[in-house]
Amino acid sequence: MALSRRHPAALFAVLAVALGTTGAAYAAISTGTAPKTGAASQTQVEEGKSLFLEGCSSCHGLAAQGSSDGPSLIGVGAAAVDFQVGTGRMPLAAPAIQAMPKTPVYNEEQIAALASYVASLGPGPAIPTSEMVDTSGADLALGGELFRTNCAQCHSVSAKGGALSQGRAAPSLMNAQGKEIYEAMVTGPQSMPIFSDKIMTLQNKKDIIRYLQELQKNQSPGGFSLGRLGPVTEGLFLFIAGLGALIVAAIWIGAKAK
Amino acid sequence: MSNLETSIATTGHEAPATKGGSVAGYIDDRLASSNFTKRLLDKVFPDHWSFMLGEIALYSFIILLLSGTYLTLWFNPSMTEVIYNGSYTPLKGIKMSEAYSSTLHISFDVRGGLLMRQIHHWAALFFVAAVSVHLLRVFFTGAFRKPREINWVIGTLLLVLAILEGFAGYSLPDDLLSGTGLRIAEGIVQAIPLLGTYVAMFLFGGEFPGTDFIPRLYSIHILLIPGILLGLVTVHLIMVFYQKHTQFPGPGRTESNVVGFRLFPIYMAKAGGFFFVVFGITTLIAALVTINPVWLYGPYTPSQVTAGSQPDWYIGWLDGAVRLTPNWETNILGHTISWNLLIPALVIPGIMFTALGLYPWIEAWATGDKREHHLLDRPRNVPTRTGLGVMSLVFYMILVISGGNDIIAVAFNLSINQITWTLRILLFVLPPLSFVLTKRACLGLQRRDNDKLLHGYETGQILRLPSGEFLEIHEPITDAEKAVILAKQDFAPLALESGEDANGVRNPKAAKSAARARLSAWFYSDTIPVPTDEELQHAAEHAAHELHEAQAQAKQIEGSSH
Repeated sequence: MALSRRHPAALFAVLAVALGTTGAAYAAISTGTAPKTGAASQTQVEEGKSLFLEGCSSCHGLAAQGSSDGPSLIGVGAAAVDFQVGTGRMPLAAPAIQAMPKTPVYNEEQIAALASYVASLGPGPAIPTSEMVDTSGADLALGGELFRTNCAQCHSVSAKGGALSQGRAAPSLMNAQGKEIYEAMVTGPQSMPIFSDKIMTLQNKKDIIRYLQELQKNQSPGGFSLGRLGPVTEGLFLFIAGLGALIVAAIWIGAKAK
Repeated sequence: MSNLETSIATTGHEAPATKGGSVAGYIDDRLASSNFTKRLLDKVFPDHWSFMLGEIALYSFIILLLSGTYLTLWFNPSMTEVIYNGSYTPLKGIKMSEAYSSTLHISFDVRGGLLMRQIHHWAALFFVAAVSVHLLRVFFTGAFRKPREINWVIGTLLLVLAILEGFAGYSLPDDLLSGTGLRIAEGIVQAIPLLGTYVAMFLFGGEFPGTDFIPRLYSIHILLIPGILLGLVTVHLIMVFYQKHTQFPGPGRTESNVVGFRLFPIYMAKAGGFFFVVFGITTLIAALVTINPVWLYGPYTPSQVTAGSQPDWYIGWLDGAVRLTPNWETNILGHTISWNLLIPALVIPGIMFTALGLYPWIEAWATGDKREHHLLDRPRNVPTRTGLGVMSLVFYMILVISGGNDIIAVAFNLSINQITWTLRILLFVLPPLSFVLTKRACLGLQRRDNDKLLHGYETGQILRLPSGEFLEIHEPITDAEKAVILAKQDFAPLALESGEDANGVRNPKAAKSAARARLSAWFYSDTIPVPTDEELQHAAEHAAHELHEAQAQAKQIEGSSH
């Protein structure tokens, strides 16, 4: 028994180390010299790690190795973190069949730190530069063709989203930024397949983003779009507004006789 | 303006006093048309807003013919591949069929083309909707009964043709949605046991999609079906004309007269005006609200499909039935029988339309009623029929809702699997439940009618008698209301034919008769008889007595207070 007792000074040693690292970390953050873009600095990675341990590790594991509650994040890349945390999908508000977008919990700097930490765990897709999602030279019509072939089966031709099995859904893309669309394609969040550069070239990705930007303008040459949901809303409108108006007119004409 | 009864036109020639008259006389001397025209113009039609539902269908059909003709001037029903070079940039340079390319051309480059396309499409939805609602009116009021059974069958055919015509039109632009619809239609054709694949090959001229189908469909859409529709609509109207329009019960309305207004000038004005109202509302909607934005869907390619692929509303119930059916398949000797399409898309519609067409005879067989009917039933007075109607409608509505299960899932953040299972259960639970509830509601309304007849309506005035008794004053209902309620006809269920005749010989018809008697008893179960004249007399006397007594007491109070 007595053999296993710690040295009386051990407690003080632990305290001193803990205080020292916290202080050092605080000093590192408060000086604010971490670069906002470009290669991840060691401090950014460390900041990301601490944020990770605090907010993510309960599900994804202390070393991001994954657990029964969340997948491994080794090799998912900075793009995955930027997409999931940047759109508010992560951290989850509650366990659900699918993470829903909400107001992001972390600010841009924190997201960048988290992303650089996860990127440091293994090679994966990086956050695209603004040049990579620049659509000025993109082919609109080809983008539409690619969108209808690869994306419309879940997101629908009007990019309004669609139902998947068991309560999952492909979200509407009407408010998605070019960067988000790119990140989703390269990381395949949730039920979405991955469209790597081998499957779909960077130029084709730009074409798709260009087409989506066109759809996001929400131009409707035919008048009110009825949500662009197809024949369901058209039928509803017909019976409620259209036939309703005609029956009111019929009652009016019928009533005039009395 | 007073109501008129049908009058038979008289022929009498007088010397024409005006120039117009002499022209009319000239024409009449050669065509002898004035007799017919006068009879036509003097024809009396009864008045009720629900009689105009059929008119909406007729007017939508006219709008469809007019707008459709405009569209044929530019639409090119060809599957020849072209490179699009029109003014819609998001599709510029894309390979597509001429059918789709010309649809885009109509939408973006033809003056008024998009408006015309939208008028045509909205009018198509209106047409089938109006036909359906008109059918419901005819069903629930029993207007299909003798002598109008044939016209009911023609109406059923019109509905089927309207649905087919609509689907053909929806399929013509060769966009992604219409191609997907055709693909499903091809699958349904293929599901016909043994013959399916041959019939599909025959229809499409080879493998799907091929290059033959759009031109074939075009001939069917602009010539064959509209031609048949036009012919049947004409017969439908002529029969209404000759058999005379039915009317709701009311004072002075009998089985042998028609109370209403003459065609000229009242109905000419009303119907003519209503045509412009229908045309106006259709155009207004077409000008303001997008329908089928084909440019979003892109050209049809079998490798593409979009989430939220739906047919137009009138096919929705078939799509819904397919979506609800589990994926049952049987493999017999290398042949697959696809129950998952055969049952929902061929068997169920087959049963539904057959039952619909034969309903007048089914009901007549159950009731044994062989009389002519020109007075309509109030739905409450035939609870079993009304119940059956609501039951079918609920069944149909659940199928329609199932057709949009994915849109519902996205819009309300629900699981599509749970929605499908819920709807599967509701499909079997709700219709019988709605039958019972409707029947009860009808019987309740009948009781209330009888109550009104016997005791009058509740005035809401409470009288307190000197004895402390409270009395609500009932006033007798008007004669017009009485006439409406008293028009109800009481029927007795058919009697069971005896199994043996007087000599003890077995009656071969007995088994059939027993089935019929059971059906009849079910149809007329829970009948609430109309009060007899004696009961009415008695109730009137009682009411008079009560009123008299109350007045006497009131007088007494007045006398004593002064």
